[in-house]
Amino acid sequence: MSQNNHHDKEEKKMYNKGEVITGLVLFAVIFAFPFWYNMGKAAPVPEPVLTEQAKAAKECIKPKALMKTDHMQILNDWRNSVARDRNRIYVNSSNKEFDMSLSNNCLDCHSNKAEFCDKCHTYASVSPYCWDCHIDKPKEK
Amino acid sequence: MSDLPKNSNELIEKIDYNPSKKGWMDVPVEIRKGMYCYASNPKSVEYIGLPNARPWNPLDDDWKLPVNWKEIVHNAFKERLDRFRSFKVFMDICVRCGACADKCHFFIGTGDPKNMPVLRAELLRSVYRNDFTTAGKIFGKVAGARELTMDVLKEWWYYFFQCTECRRCSVFCPYGIDTAEITIMAREIFNLLGLNIDWIATPTANCYRTGNHLGIQPHAFKEMIEFFVDDIEEKTGVVVEPSFNRKGADILFITPSGDVFADPGTYTAMGYLMLFHYLKEQGLNVTWSTYASEGGNFGFFTSHELMKRLNAKMYAEAKRLGVKWILGGECGHMWRVINQYMDTMNGPADFLEDPVSPITGTKFENAKSTKMVHISEFTADLIYHGKLKLDKSRNDNLKVTFHDSCNTSRGMGMFDEPRYIINNVCNHFYEMPKNTIREQTFCCGSGSGLNAGEDMELRMCGGLPRANAVKYVHEKFGVNMLACVCAIDRAALPPLMDYWVPGVGVTGITEMVANALIMPGEKERTVNLRDEPLPGMEE
Amino acid sequence: MIKCMFSLTVVIILAVLAFVGAETAGFKAQFLFGIAIPYAALLIFVIGVLNRVIGWARSPVPFAIPSTCGQQKSLPWIKPANLDNPTTTGGVFGRMFLEVFLFRSLFRNTKTQLSEGPKISFNLEIFLWLAAIAFHASFFTVLARHLRLFTEPVPSVIQLLEKVDGMLQVGVPGILLSGFVLLAAVSYLLLRRIIEPQVNYISLTQDYFPLFLIIGIAASGILMRHIFKIDVIGAKQLAMGLVTFHPTIPEGIGGIFYVHVFFVSVLLAYFPFSKLMHMGGIFMSPTRNLPGNTRAVRHVNPWNYPVHTHTYEEYEEEFRGKMIEAGLPVEKE
Repeated sequence: MSQNNHHDKEEKKMYNKGEVITGLVLFAVIFAFPFWYNMGKAAPVPEPVLTEQAKAAKECIKPKALMKTDHMQILNDWRNSVARDRNRIYVNSSNKEFDMSLSNNCLDCHSNKAEFCDKCHTYASVSPYCWDCHIDKPKEK
Repeated sequence: MSDLPKNSNELIEKIDYNPSKKGWMDVPVEIRKGMYCYASNPKSVEYIGLPNARPWNPLDDDWKLPVNWKEIVHNAFKERLDRFRSFKVFMDICVRCGACADKCHFFIGTGDPKNMPVLRAELLRSVYRNDFTTAGKIFGKVAGARELTMDVLKEWWYYFFQCTECRRCSVFCPYGIDTAEITIMAREIFNLLGLNIDWIATPTANCYRTGNHLGIQPHAFKEMIEFFVDDIEEKTGVVVEPSFNRKGADILFITPSGDVFADPGTYTAMGYLMLFHYLKEQGLNVTWSTYASEGGNFGFFTSHELMKRLNAKMYAEAKRLGVKWILGGECGHMWRVINQYMDTMNGPADFLEDPVSPITGTKFENAKSTKMVHISEFTADLIYHGKLKLDKSRNDNLKVTFHDSCNTSRGMGMFDEPRYIINNVCNHFYEMPKNTIREQTFCCGSGSGLNAGEDMELRMCGGLPRANAVKYVHEKFGVNMLACVCAIDRAALPPLMDYWVPGVGVTGITEMVANALIMPGEKERTVNLRDEPLPGMEE
Repeated sequence: MIKCMFSLTVVIILAVLAFVGAETAGFKAQFLFGIAIPYAALLIFVIGVLNRVIGWARSPVPFAIPSTCGQQKSLPWIKPANLDNPTTTGGVFGRMFLEVFLFRSLFRNTKTQLSEGPKISFNLEIFLWLAAIAFHASFFTVLARHLRLFTEPVPSVIQLLEKVDGMLQVGVPGILLSGFVLLAAVSYLLLRRIIEPQVNYISLTQDYFPLFLIIGIAASGILMRHIFKIDVIGAKQLAMGLVTFHPTIPEGIGGIFYVHVFFVSVLLAYFPFSKLMHMGGIFMSPTRNLPGNTRAVRHVNPWNYPVHTHTYEEYEEEFRGKMIEAGLPVEKE
């Protein structure tokens, strides 16, 4: 039959080209969103700024790396400890005592919330509900 | 004939929906008596001009294939991937979620896991992976690939002739993967190797030569219809006057030849004659054709090309006779071909006019390009406009349910027209359960050329879900008549009913219309077209 | 079961490779798993997907074969099913929307049961649909959420999405629902594949592999957030480096991060060559994306070719005598 002869000519053609290309462009544009959204510019990595007080203290309650990944957990534990067990004293591995208080302890050293806390939080797009109560009030009475 | 168990329960007991532990690729095919159809007659294959015409037997080891049969299959496979996006996409995107698994009537009726649509497709897909995908070439069996061997080919043949192309699986598939499409490709490949079944090959050869599947020659076709004319006169006192191959008619009427040939389809054929006669006064000018004397198209079950070759007669004859448009009778796959293929293959039918009912003036907008209208659309429109005088009570002996044919359902969407007609010609209509009707309808089990005698067990298994739904309304409402709009149904459903639900008959819609139709000049009607007394006329 | 274990083993090997590499081989390995492989994977993904879809598009749709899953549009007084058997472009968009976003066809799913009588029943089987929808929706949410690591400044929609995702406000850092829904849904899909006899029977190695991989991705993600905490600022620095083409490897993010990134890279690179391409394929499926107006509008087959037919002349030639005798009209006496 005539089946074979007809075929060769059409080998490379695309059918429904308009729809298919539109679909593929849409796919590529959506998928490449992060690439064109950032426009090829390197976003600066936030460097939390230490206050003079913090610099002077040299070290936090735990090593820096651990504070980086676990500070939210520590604060949460503190809150539970204070609110439920009325225990306000935290002792770290070098037997140093701290008041379990975000406002009175942490923010005492890191009084520059915008430069210290917010920088990374904004970068990582996290909005901790700490600030629902402790709003920009570094010192409580 | 097969050794079909007399007691239908024996067939049920064999069904187990839990497949064996052994992987399906390790279970070789066993071509079992009663589940396959006889091989194509070489004369028919030759007449139609298809390759490798020779006598062969599916049970033999040697199928007498051309020496380069693997190459033929590979090339044919590739060619079809390049030509049919459906085939290519369906080979690639199945995730084997299994939603289709228990939707196939053959799986439900046999429990054979290779009748799950997904696995039926995997039979081809495994070879596709081996031959056409990188992953398959590198990882082989790990990636679900396997080489084409004689055993694989036999497995293909056995299972692609256990699919009726009903498309029920495609309704449930989240990506619309249509096993009918895959079966069509497989059968096209078989036909390049001379591996058709005779129940398809011989009807196609007949149709090519004489215009109809049954091989009825023109004079005989006319005689058979004239026999109906006598029958109608005897029962109604009205002499209907059909015409054949008549130039100057407005409408060409084409219906499956099965309805001219065998009960109960013959009563539907008489129904057409009566309806046309009734409308003659009102301006209907219709002719039959002995050349385009087949609505059905077994070419569709062979290859796209043969489908086109057989279908060409419809437009050719309409053009030759100079009619305005074509009216089509009740048939299933005929309407899939007309609705989704004919215009593309053999159109545009720009020599015809947009179909308009000469009785009601209704313009059939939905058929304005193909120029072919379904008799149920035509009749429903007549009834809606009050153009038919009907006495519903003449069908009061019937408690009717309606079987949606696969093809008019999932390849067309004709659901409400036949129901509207039924509700206007009889008083007792009951629907089968909702997961078994409309787009979820079950196949009669004998479609796509599988309605032979030797595969009766396969047909009874495949028809089980349909029959079981009929049984439900039979027991609940006393349903005694299964109405349908398909000639294959009219041939296939009676033995199915006898086997699973004795006491339920089968009828076409137009037969019921004709029985209810009050013909001008009719004598007192005492019997219906089947010579059974009308309600109230029993002795 | 072999197929399942094989896939699991491969995924475990991948994890060990990335973890041990990143933890012991230092910068070189981190460069490999954090920069080189992700870039390569991304490239393979994009080119692979485009290639595949264009490959499909190179095959025409010769016939309009929509599965008509509702009433056709015929007579004006019969209500057509505009979404299940659409005839307009708008209707097709509607149908495709339902398929792509709500898995309309899968929603029809039933379970067939054969009981005494015999009685065959078809009961609604919603769990496959539910798991599929939960899986895809949560996967999408997780992906979108990750944009916080790939954008600077982070768009407010993404911030809002994360807020909604974390609305339970349980734990610190807060639990994000999507991650757990994803893990649960994908685990259900895996268990179903192992336990349900029919699905198990049809499953191939390539059906288990992506499931294990996604379980690995979701699990490593959850672990990073809640158990083995990593330096998020470092993670974002790396991610931003990738999308701004200034790749860097910050110190001390932790091995599990590289496992996570490696899994995602493998998934991306695997995607175009696998069944995961159903994402693109659904849009190309001719049984869904074509209108059911096939008798009203002619569909054109680009490779339609002339065929041999049995013409009326040939027919009359063979039967003329019989036709004349039967009183049938003929063209030539």
